[in-house]
Amino acid sequence: MSYEAVIGIETHVELQTASKMFCGCPTDFGAEPNTNVCPVCLGLPGALPVPNERAIEWTVALGIALGCEISQHSVFHRKNYFYADLPKNYQISQFDLPLCVGGHLEVDPGSGVRRVGITRVHLEEDTGKSTHLGGGGRIHDAEGALIDFNRSGIPLLEVVTEPDIRSPEEARAYAQELRAIVLALGISDARLEEGSLRFDANVSLRPEGADELGIKVEVKNMNSLRSLQRALAFEIERQTALLDKGEAIDQETRHWDEEAGRTEPGRSKEESSDYRYFPEPDLVPIQTNPEAVERIRGALPELPALRRARHIALGVEPAAAATMASAGLAAMFDDAVSAGADPRAAANWVTGEITAHLNRTGDDPSDLVMDGRGLAELVGMIGGGELSSTAAKEVLIGVLAGEGSPREVAAAKDLMQISDESAIVSEVDAVIETHPDEVARMKDGDERLAGFLVGQVMKATGGRADPRLVDRLIRERVGL
Amino acid sequence: MPIDIDITKVARLARIGLTAEELAHYEEQLQVILEHAARVQALPTEGVAPTAHPLPMVNAFRPDEVEQTLDREEVLSQAPDREGPYFRVPPFLDE
Amino acid sequence: MDPADLTIAEAGARLRSGDLTAVDLLASVRRRASMTEAILHAYLTIDAEGATASAVEADAALQRGDDRGPLHGIPVALKDNMVTRGVETTCSSRILSGYVPPYDATVVERLRAGGAVIVGKTNLDEFAMGSSTENSAYGTTRNPWNPDRVPGGSSGGSAAVVAVGSALGALGSDTGGSIRQPASLCGVVGMKPTYGLVSRYGLIAFASSLDQIGPITRTVDDAVTLFEAIAGHDPSDATSYRGDFPDPRADLGKGVEGLRVGIVSELSGDGIQPGVAAAFQATLDRLAGAGADIREVSLPSTEYALSAYYLIAPAECSANLARFDGVRYGPRIDGATVEAMMSATRRDGFGPEVTRRILLGTYALSAGYYDAFYGQAQKVRTMVSEDFKDAYAEVDVLVTPTSPTTAFAVGERADDPLAMYLSDICTIPSNLSGDPAISVPVGLDDAGLPVGFQVLAPALGEGVMFQVAAAVERLSGFESRPALATSLGAA
Ligand SMILES: [Mg+2]
Ligand SMILES: [Zn+2]
Repeated sequence: MSYEAVIGIETHVELQTASKMFCGCPTDFGAEPNTNVCPVCLGLPGALPVPNERAIEWTVALGIALGCEISQHSVFHRKNYFYADLPKNYQISQFDLPLCVGGHLEVDPGSGVRRVGITRVHLEEDTGKSTHLGGGGRIHDAEGALIDFNRSGIPLLEVVTEPDIRSPEEARAYAQELRAIVLALGISDARLEEGSLRFDANVSLRPEGADELGIKVEVKNMNSLRSLQRALAFEIERQTALLDKGEAIDQETRHWDEEAGRTEPGRSKEESSDYRYFPEPDLVPIQTNPEAVERIRGALPELPALRRARHIALGVEPAAAATMASAGLAAMFDDAVSAGADPRAAANWVTGEITAHLNRTGDDPSDLVMDGRGLAELVGMIGGGELSSTAAKEVLIGVLAGEGSPREVAAAKDLMQISDESAIVSEVDAVIETHPDEVARMKDGDERLAGFLVGQVMKATGGRADPRLVDRLIRERVGL
Repeated sequence: MPIDIDITKVARLARIGLTAEELAHYEEQLQVILEHAARVQALPTEGVAPTAHPLPMVNAFRPDEVEQTLDREEVLSQAPDREGPYFRVPPFLDE
Repeated sequence: MDPADLTIAEAGARLRSGDLTAVDLLASVRRRASMTEAILHAYLTIDAEGATASAVEADAALQRGDDRGPLHGIPVALKDNMVTRGVETTCSSRILSGYVPPYDATVVERLRAGGAVIVGKTNLDEFAMGSSTENSAYGTTRNPWNPDRVPGGSSGGSAAVVAVGSALGALGSDTGGSIRQPASLCGVVGMKPTYGLVSRYGLIAFASSLDQIGPITRTVDDAVTLFEAIAGHDPSDATSYRGDFPDPRADLGKGVEGLRVGIVSELSGDGIQPGVAAAFQATLDRLAGAGADIREVSLPSTEYALSAYYLIAPAECSANLARFDGVRYGPRIDGATVEAMMSATRRDGFGPEVTRRILLGTYALSAGYYDAFYGQAQKVRTMVSEDFKDAYAEVDVLVTPTSPTTAFAVGERADDPLAMYLSDICTIPSNLSGDPAISVPVGLDDAGLPVGFQVLAPALGEGVMFQVAAAVERLSGFESRPALATSLGAA
């Protein structure tokens, strides 16, 4: 039988506020274990939470970006469950009164635009981090666990979709688009490998054409866009095989094992969860006032979808526009264009060499030494014939290494193209003189020999002559 | 009106490892207290809003500013078990 | 007069006039403690070193002319559910034995900033759950008026030390009457402020929406002093009140002429012990004689208040006490898995009353029961508050006996949780509404046990509450001290 996959995604986004959700501890990643802690985020007796106002504003900002309705009255609840890395053994989260409800996100997996409903966006706190000892770090055969509470209490947004996603490709496109929005808003560094963006998915299958939902399986532990896509593909295949054999699907939580390339059953199912939510009595409700919401709306940056459309209208290839939107490089591109760069050329450099540089170094776009003006200068020098594209790559390396502006680097490395006719004429004449056979054949109509002769001149000038100029000079001399 | 209490489940949710005898004892006491407490159900409360909090306050926030953290040694000195800079606990699940 | 018998106001005057030093005052208070503690067991920890250092510093500061205010050099005690940096804080629970907090509660910071000398930490019912201070993992505190009796609870230790003069004042916490009831049973003044006026930061939570820290003192005037020292907005407590509140001392001397005083019909009849009823009536007569307009009002929902309280408080406590799990602090009972470790640690660490309430609260919040129990209790809470609002449209304050009985015998109610819960029938409604209330001693019953008179006022009505309480105090002229304090103190 043929089945349709029904997928919903829950995304946890760690906010990059300076301090934690309910206390003043710093949120920096990679600090020494158990140093970013205080009575509040360690759950010490007597400590009380006080919400971070910026985290609330950022939640509202994401809600607006996703077209949600911003609740005027919102409440934090306690979600009760025991876990060693959850210091209070309850998580301060939101339940029936989240900050944002009912939005949507349009995504394009390459096969056309799809609209994914957003059920809610709410705010909660992260847990600490446990490292399992022994047995290769797997929970089941560990001898114990070590806990670091630095992550405990970092603000966490939870974005829940409707079960509107139908394929692993759509899921990936959704995740990518959400990540691009989060980056555009500047509310998270959205680094999947550091866990600042985490995806859980609910997957069920139903016969093609059916309305009723099948039994859903929750898949966790996917820490890249690729593993999200792979895990869902695996899970759909696994469930299809079971259904085809006439077997039932267990309602369960499964973990994605990246190395094995498969999902495995998760924690024991014997305890059906009963979170005993109730309003957090240590906090008072949030009342958003409409003017404040409008102020946040007015201050929103350009969102990826609009930005892509604008870039495409400038002549940028759609694929390049998408890359720029999601990699946070769009600002550099826009600056270059406003400094006079040709949009297509600027986009090629941003998505080509500059992106390659970032991948190599692991740097953030914000770490780049070169700004949009610098890029415009580089693109302008190529367009103006001052720099060959090969030389330009070398210049870029120097600029990114902090050696100066493109012009300075090109001069220092002696990479400026020779565009002065008088400086090249003698070399052209010399080549014509030493290659009489080729010149004769060219005169007879073998145009391909022009390229050969240009190459000889280039070789003689150490690659610095402007090849277009050389080509013209040769044709003139030969009399074509 | 006897009240339906799955005391084993309740104790498990609360992470209190009671013996069968203790469970039976607490179940009995909870019965008595809950029968008394169930009187709240006798009060007609249609249209009454619940009070979660005695203060009619909203929006108590703090600015996003970093404050002093605790000294790690002082914190870890209270831990029942530690390993280096970490708190140590037994494994999360048995087989 | 032994300085340990001074009020805070008297001691303050003598410290400033130079005929008493903080060091000497602390010495007499400690002498009093050393003579009474063997019988009372009211202190869990005496911080000899810290208190001495504070007293020395208080004297030096006064010498320099650096006067920190009315608590400067005054020895005070803290209920052991307020955290103190570097001083063991146990909440009278085994699950916190040996726990040394790395920070001070806001009230502790404020007391220190006001120059107070913190003598030590007092006994309580484990996690403040109880009305007798028998539920302590570290032994029962005895009533100073009769050691066979309970001091009340849960702030029994704080009430007892003030009654005998082993501190001039103390802080307690009140979730369902835990300041007022022991104050009443020990013959001292105990006050629960309007919810939110005193920061809860550093108070080990029992039921967050009900807990409030307040003073226990010998006089109403001293209660105002201690209240003023600890009240006021704290940015570390999101439920802390942010507005201004009226000067609580403004009307202290005004008397009750023309004030409308309401007797609560539901809390003045059945179940009130005759000795308590007599002392209550005598006080009403004196108030009437002083010009108060005594009326009877009804709070119909109070009948359900106790039931609502015994759902809300356990529900909140079941979550508040989840953090005691053997991971980060306190003792641990080992287990093969983290869950086994937690379950064993919590079984061993919590006493029966705490266990009972955690189970009760877990049940009341669990799927399928929330609406019938916790949800319904929250609605009753609304109705109780509405009743109070209606009443305060007719009267300025309400009055009741603080406790239906005087101090009961140790062990008498230990096996009957429901009977124990009934001791809080008069005090619980104001925790549900968040309004302020105070207990003032008005006399002794035939058995020589103190009787407390409770004055309740609307939210932020501390001014009128203290005004009536001061009048009750003057009219009653209750100045007795337990024999334990005088006989041993004189020895
Ligand atoms: Mg979540
Ligand atoms: Zn913290």
